[in-house]
Amino acid sequence: MSRVLDRRQMLRGAGLAGGGLALSAYMPAWAQPVSAGIAKPLPTVSGADITLKVAHQMMMIDGRQSHAIGINGTVPAPLIRLREGQNVRLHVVNELDEETSIHWHGLLVPFQMDGVPGIAFPGIPARSTFTYEFPIIQSGTYWYHSHSGLQEQEGHYGPILIDPKNPDPVQFDREHVVVLSDHSFHHPHYLFDRLKKESGYFNRQRQTLAGLLNGKDQSLKERLEWGKMRMDPADVADVTGSVYTYLVNGYGPKDNWTALFKPGERVRLRFINASSMTTFNVRIPGLPMTIVAADGLNVRPVEIDEFQFGPAETYDAIVTPPDLRAYTLVGESVDRSGMARATLAPREGMAAEVPPLRKRPLATMKDMGMGGMDHGTMDHGAMNHGAISGAAGSMAGMDHAAMGHGTSTDTMPGMDHSQMNHGAGAAASGMAGMDHGQAQGGAMAGMDHGSGAMPATNGDQMAGMDMGGMSHSMRDFSNAPEVKKGPGVQTISPMPVDRTGDPGQGLENVGHRVLTYRDLMALDRNPDTRAPEREIKLHLTGNMERYMWGFDGEKLSENPDPITLLHGERVRVTLINDTMMGHPIHIHGHFFELVTGKGDHAPRKHTVMVQPGGTVSWDVTGEEGDWAFHCHMLYHMHAGMMRVVQVRKAGEAAA
Amino acid sequence: MIRALLLAGLAPLCLAAPAFAQSMDHSMMPGMKMPGMTMPAKKPAAKAKPTAKKPAIKRKAPVRSTAARRTQPARTPDADPHAGHDMSGMQGMDMGGQQATPAQDPHTGHDMSAMPGMGASTGAAQDAHAGHDMSAMPGMAMPGDQPAAKVGTDLPPGNKPAPAPAGDHLADRFWGADAMANSRENDLRREHGGMTVYQILFNLAEYQARKGGDGYRWDGEAWIGGDINRFTLKTEGEGTFGKPLEQAEVQALYSRALDPYWNLQAGVRHDLKPNPSRTYATVGIEGLAPGWFEVEGALFLSDKGGVLGRAEGYYDQRITNWFVLQPRVEANFSAQDVPETGTGSGLTDLEAGLRLRYEGRREFAPYIGVSWERQFGDTARFTRARGDNTGGFSFVAGVRTWF
Repeated sequence: MSRVLDRRQMLRGAGLAGGGLALSAYMPAWAQPVSAGIAKPLPTVSGADITLKVAHQMMMIDGRQSHAIGINGTVPAPLIRLREGQNVRLHVVNELDEETSIHWHGLLVPFQMDGVPGIAFPGIPARSTFTYEFPIIQSGTYWYHSHSGLQEQEGHYGPILIDPKNPDPVQFDREHVVVLSDHSFHHPHYLFDRLKKESGYFNRQRQTLAGLLNGKDQSLKERLEWGKMRMDPADVADVTGSVYTYLVNGYGPKDNWTALFKPGERVRLRFINASSMTTFNVRIPGLPMTIVAADGLNVRPVEIDEFQFGPAETYDAIVTPPDLRAYTLVGESVDRSGMARATLAPREGMAAEVPPLRKRPLATMKDMGMGGMDHGTMDHGAMNHGAISGAAGSMAGMDHAAMGHGTSTDTMPGMDHSQMNHGAGAAASGMAGMDHGQAQGGAMAGMDHGSGAMPATNGDQMAGMDMGGMSHSMRDFSNAPEVKKGPGVQTISPMPVDRTGDPGQGLENVGHRVLTYRDLMALDRNPDTRAPEREIKLHLTGNMERYMWGFDGEKLSENPDPITLLHGERVRVTLINDTMMGHPIHIHGHFFELVTGKGDHAPRKHTVMVQPGGTVSWDVTGEEGDWAFHCHMLYHMHAGMMRVVQVRKAGEAAA
Repeated sequence: MIRALLLAGLAPLCLAAPAFAQSMDHSMMPGMKMPGMTMPAKKPAAKAKPTAKKPAIKRKAPVRSTAARRTQPARTPDADPHAGHDMSGMQGMDMGGQQATPAQDPHTGHDMSAMPGMGASTGAAQDAHAGHDMSAMPGMAMPGDQPAAKVGTDLPPGNKPAPAPAGDHLADRFWGADAMANSRENDLRREHGGMTVYQILFNLAEYQARKGGDGYRWDGEAWIGGDINRFTLKTEGEGTFGKPLEQAEVQALYSRALDPYWNLQAGVRHDLKPNPSRTYATVGIEGLAPGWFEVEGALFLSDKGGVLGRAEGYYDQRITNWFVLQPRVEANFSAQDVPETGTGSGLTDLEAGLRLRYEGRREFAPYIGVSWERQFGDTARFTRARGDNTGGFSFVAGVRTWF
């Protein structure tokens, strides 16, 4: 159970550390071995009565000791293995001198068992025990974590695996739970405090003068344009590898946690992103993955080579390693500042080459919510670009290569010409001059086939495409009437587009298949296929300079009104990301159906990554209760990016 | 399943054959509202339907579209005028970017000016969109190719009003109103945006090596509060070793965030030195100007009626991610002569500095640099009259620190 290494492991570790020193000059830090591989399965608890003791402990990461808050002596917390249809009582013993809580992430439980202090229950006071009890009405891969303070960052998270009542439609010979997380040797309050005082504190990959002179990154002209907007394109992750060690099942890259297989076996990998702040790019070089479940629920199998997932998302993948060799499992931080590393091998002690970190991406105009603008064809003279006036040069940030002209015949998800309503201002004369082939398409500047990717139902997002008075100011509140104006809103995306067809920041040109939300389709028909009765638009807003985050310009601490739903009501929620960072948005107690053109087989999720400057729509059916709704970037939530969703029965709701 | 596989296999064939693709003429997209664009040829749409329908069936199995994608390498630019028109990355597609493949693609740039003619009876015009490969677009909702009703998430939302928020909290019924009220305050609001933060920062804390006696200088600021309202202390001063402190001031300010970048600050300033000491009422702004310039400006009204002004700015130029070069300028003004403090009207003094710091730890960054100071006008005259220096170069070494 205990993560304290036994004597034999210690000796082995010492021997290898010696070897590691010899190699250290040639190998990057994450590839220096501390151990030949640790093939320990996660400690597991199961049954109808489970006791979980939350306590301070020490843990070993890459041969270094660190403080942690763990459960039953382990980080991650033990795997809770349950069966669909059972009842479970979970006795949580809080051995801390502070309040704690456990939220069952993705489990559909009565709201008072949901585990969010201040919304679902009053928390579990120091040195006391609380018993959760609820029926298990679903199956799949989930996880649990503290919802108190910043305890999650300290190790208070663990996997949940629920076996289905009926035969599993996914066939596999063996399974491994792969919990990815980010660990810091600093206290989380220290990390948050640094972000508040200097938001770029952890970014050691910013653009520099040396880089400019070496022809790296943006051109001088682009830098000046972005500087004018006070936007840092290198701001991809708030907390980075400069202070994080990325873990797989609690082990560092040098520990090299190892998942065993026999060649030819179908191995089910249950990936959980249990990190506080890290979006991971996951791949196993040389081994394609077939995604079979997203956020615990089955999807039609789709074979890919890499996927990106934000904090709190989960994916189940089937891999069939054919050969008697080792494969490296890479979980690369989105900003490429570090990686989680594990090995898939036929036996303990084998290792494969660890690929180097790839070049970190820079944010593009699309990440600033200008996805709907066609810069290549814009007549800059005729348009009001606000802060970026005449900045033809700055458009280079748009990733032309991502379009792969002339290479493949990929699918074009969601292109819906019927929704391409070019706005009221689209005068007939405006179209006459429409010539995408030349740079003078000013009159038609807003026409961008990219915006065609908007979901069929979101035609009104094109409203901003008024040919006459198009303003591209980066902070035009007329583009977001719902948003409260204030210091907490640094930018408003002038032309956000649905980015569910994008593979994720920095994965546009990796040369292999990368999962997008549009590749996902539910295996089973959606339980509720009614049309949404209304739409709720929510803007994800923030100010990187002051490190303020919120919804519609308000922090939870400002007491915004709850988001209201009726029990059983079907609603469409459209999230508009007005920031330059991706936000994994999570609603408690519900699964929602992503609006990606999949009709009644929409993929169902509990957490969705809203890409920078992009939008995501989903349909959801209200379940009675008061529920938390928040960004799953822990420090964004801590800074205020959270709301209460109030779902009441029709009779009980206020008139 | 077999049928689906056949279709998947068929897809590349369709793609390679402009004749099939022709049928995908835009007139089949009634929803494509392009004002001013005439689409006279509705007729060809009818004959086009059968071919269009097949891909529509494909939609139901997106897994296969991945398969189809991989079986389509045969699609050559020659066969397809729009081969370069890869829709895969079209989310943010920049038509201008298509100029990358002008040679293969006669319709580079998707020249829509040809569109009025598009859908007209001329085959050439229809052919223009041959490469527009609609067949492999699973999410593409073309009213023409999907007569069946929309289902589930494809349905548009209605416009029912939202219910009004209820004033109560459901958890109160289970755990008691008092416990929940306490938890809402301490666990929810305070932990989600309501925290108090503070910082103490010395931008300058340095030794100055100069002719006529080495000296020292500091410029610092401390604040405490939330995101909007803060209490701020500022201090700056300088002196020469072996002599009494020449200049020292302290400001106590209320600071309020005006917008994402700027704070309005008002309060009092007290000059300990030079003698006689003065107290001022002060108002100013501080913030980040476009281009990443840290800027500060303030006006000071003294208890004797005099008005002073100050403007300050610096820029952090990252040489690498560890070395930062900071050019910095500070200028002081006076509206009138104040002989008691040796202050003349107009620009009183200017300091321009260039400091290179090493941010091994950002909180404790040692630096070296040069500083040039000079007094002007009557201020300089007053100083000369006292027999003091009116400025000059210094080599500086210090530490920029915060915690």
